[in-house]
Amino acid sequence: MTTQPKSNRKLLTMLILGAVGMFGFGFALVPLYDVLCDALGINGKPQGTASTYEAVIVDESRTVTVEFIAHVQSGMSWEFIPTVNRIEVHPGQLTHAKFYAKNLSSKDTVGQAIPSVSPGQGAAYFNKTECFCFNQQPLAASASAELPLIFYVDPDLPESINTLTLSYTLYDITAKVGGGLKQGAAK
Amino acid sequence: MSTTTHDTVAAHDDHHHGAPKGIMRWLLTTNHKDIGSMYLWFSFIMFLTGGAMAMVIRAELFQPGLQLVEPNFFNQMTTVHGLIMVFGAVMPAFTGLANWLIPMMIGAPDMALPRMNNWSFWILPFAFAMLIGSLFMEGGGPNFGWTFYAPLSTTYSPDTTGLFVFSVHIMGISSIMGAINVIVTIVNMRAPGMTWMKLPLFVWTWLITAFLLIAVMPVLAGAVTMVLTDKYFGTSFFDAAGGGDPVMFQHIFWFFGHPEVYIMILPSFGIISAIIPAFSRKRLFGYASMVYATASIAILSFLVWAHHMFTTGMPVFAELFFMYCTMLIAVPTGVKVFNWVATMWRGSMTFETPMLFALAFIILFTIGGFSGLMLAITPADFQYHDTYFVVAHFHYVLVTGAVFSIMAAAYYWLPKWTGHMYSETLGRWHFWCSVISVNVLFFPMHFLGLAGMPRRIPDYAIQFADINQIVSIGGFAFGLSQLIFLAVVIKCIRGGEKAADKPWEGAEGLEWTIASPAPYHSFTTPPEVK
Ligand code: HEM
Ligand SMILES: [Cu+2]
Repeated sequence: MTTQPKSNRKLLTMLILGAVGMFGFGFALVPLYDVLCDALGINGKPQGTASTYEAVIVDESRTVTVEFIAHVQSGMSWEFIPTVNRIEVHPGQLTHAKFYAKNLSSKDTVGQAIPSVSPGQGAAYFNKTECFCFNQQPLAASASAELPLIFYVDPDLPESINTLTLSYTLYDITAKVGGGLKQGAAK
Repeated sequence: MSTTTHDTVAAHDDHHHGAPKGIMRWLLTTNHKDIGSMYLWFSFIMFLTGGAMAMVIRAELFQPGLQLVEPNFFNQMTTVHGLIMVFGAVMPAFTGLANWLIPMMIGAPDMALPRMNNWSFWILPFAFAMLIGSLFMEGGGPNFGWTFYAPLSTTYSPDTTGLFVFSVHIMGISSIMGAINVIVTIVNMRAPGMTWMKLPLFVWTWLITAFLLIAVMPVLAGAVTMVLTDKYFGTSFFDAAGGGDPVMFQHIFWFFGHPEVYIMILPSFGIISAIIPAFSRKRLFGYASMVYATASIAILSFLVWAHHMFTTGMPVFAELFFMYCTMLIAVPTGVKVFNWVATMWRGSMTFETPMLFALAFIILFTIGGFSGLMLAITPADFQYHDTYFVVAHFHYVLVTGAVFSIMAAAYYWLPKWTGHMYSETLGRWHFWCSVISVNVLFFPMHFLGLAGMPRRIPDYAIQFADINQIVSIGGFAFGLSQLIFLAVVIKCIRGGEKAADKPWEGAEGLEWTIASPAPYHSFTTPPEVK
């Protein structure tokens, strides 16, 4: 294609750059998606790191129901359940909850719980000061553990929301972390 | 206007590169007409292959219960049928038409980048050999739907998924090269006097389509690449366990997917805008508004992708935004339909086969547009989503839309390509068989969908049995009718009444100023456009 007239070559270069740029844009959509979901709080994805509890005013006049659900990835033989299914809290009130996990298999396994809040718009108002989901959960064969969760609901929670459902799905990530039972922060 | 001097051109050709004979001619050719013909034949072969898969689907669905194929094989059939029809039949047919017609319509001797043109065609057969070949390998071919949603295509997909990914990469590269070629040709090779607002609408619509292709095919390539690395290399783009998000797959896919459906319809708009005036013996009504409408459709098509995702739990404001943007697209589309009807108004119309297909296009495509509007109503979509109603919608816009326009184009330009008139009798048989059977095939699907029959299932509840039987019969009839088309084309290539340079009285455009059949090299000296 060396014999192309100059104007062809210029246009050709621009179009190829355009295509390559759009390939990059496809990948740029990945962080963009996370940033947008975060900023708009629209994905039901709660924040992935601990928030600090600063003396927020507890709004005694309002009660919010918080429900807990736990799922285990199909094919993973763990038991994983909340110890209470629902509690009533006042916005701003620091609350403790526990989940129970047991490795039913005969293999050491590393689990990772992924939280999701429904309705999605409520996710931004659900603050966890401590959560087992911030870390991986390694369990030796047949071992069990109590998994702690400490949270509070932001008093700015929109009036239209009076129930928040926190759902955890537990995934087997043993293969991804190389099979070892080392404790490490989850992504 | 000049009619080129064919004899000197042919002589020039012989001594220039002594056109190789036999198979090498086709392997090495850089001639836009050869490449156009190869694209069109390839597309037709894919149309029949994908059609055969549809016959398997309809045979299985003829009765409730499982009788002919395993559910997993059924899923492979729906998946590969969709992929073949989209990437193997409709898109290559348009590229073939672009190759044949754009240089002749703008008074250029060939495409701007002929060597690249050869490549963009010849990588396609490999892509489809790989895709179809994977059906026969252990674990079977892709079974996750043409939309390959994660995690179906990652965690749960067959071992051949890598082949699927590479074949989509190759198809994408081919389309992008084709699109680049179209743009460079149109921008740089127009005959003197062929100003922008004199371009035939087929050229305009293809120019805009080419920009859409360059914008979204790379995004598709990115999506399949992420599926590849998620499945084989431990990344977690779409895997919640590793911090990814399967819903994000749908956003990326439909960012490509919705413009893609317009890639498959804009060139049709160009074809219909050539045929309707020719057989109404009037100029196209509202040329400029057609150009602007096409451009607005293309721009809007980037703002509506999430209408495929209303049920994923988006926030209400997003659902409303995508609902209104989607409905907005109906406005420029309506402008086009209005212009075609206004063109026919008080025209002296005749109804040769290309016109019959074009008229059927207008009516049936509009039905598809209306069902699209119904789907765009967010609350209604919660009922219609993933049912046969959606299947009915996209087959109206794609089969009686895109495919009918391709048939219309074939009949309209066959005399120019082959130098012979096709058999009008057979053409009409083809049309009437197709138009009746296609409605028996797709119209009742609306009712199935409204009654709640889900799409992509090999078995169904007993109350859907009667309508499915009717649909299947329509399907078999439509499939068989396409063999008439094959007969028409072969007969027309072999012989028939000699075609005049301009066989259609009302036709307009530079392609009708050169001989029929179009000489191997045309417009080697550019014509003067007044
Ligand atoms: C007025 C114009 C149109 C509107 C308002 C419209 C709207 C929609 C909506 C809302 C859906 C999603 C339905 C669902 O999954 O629940 C859909 C699906 C679809 N549409 Fe359209 N559409 C229009 C035109 C077209 C055109 C021109 C084409 C192609 C030539 C097309 C091809 C498709 C396809 C292929 C799907 C299904 C994709 C899949 O899930 O496999 N549509 N349309
Ligand atoms: Cu769409």
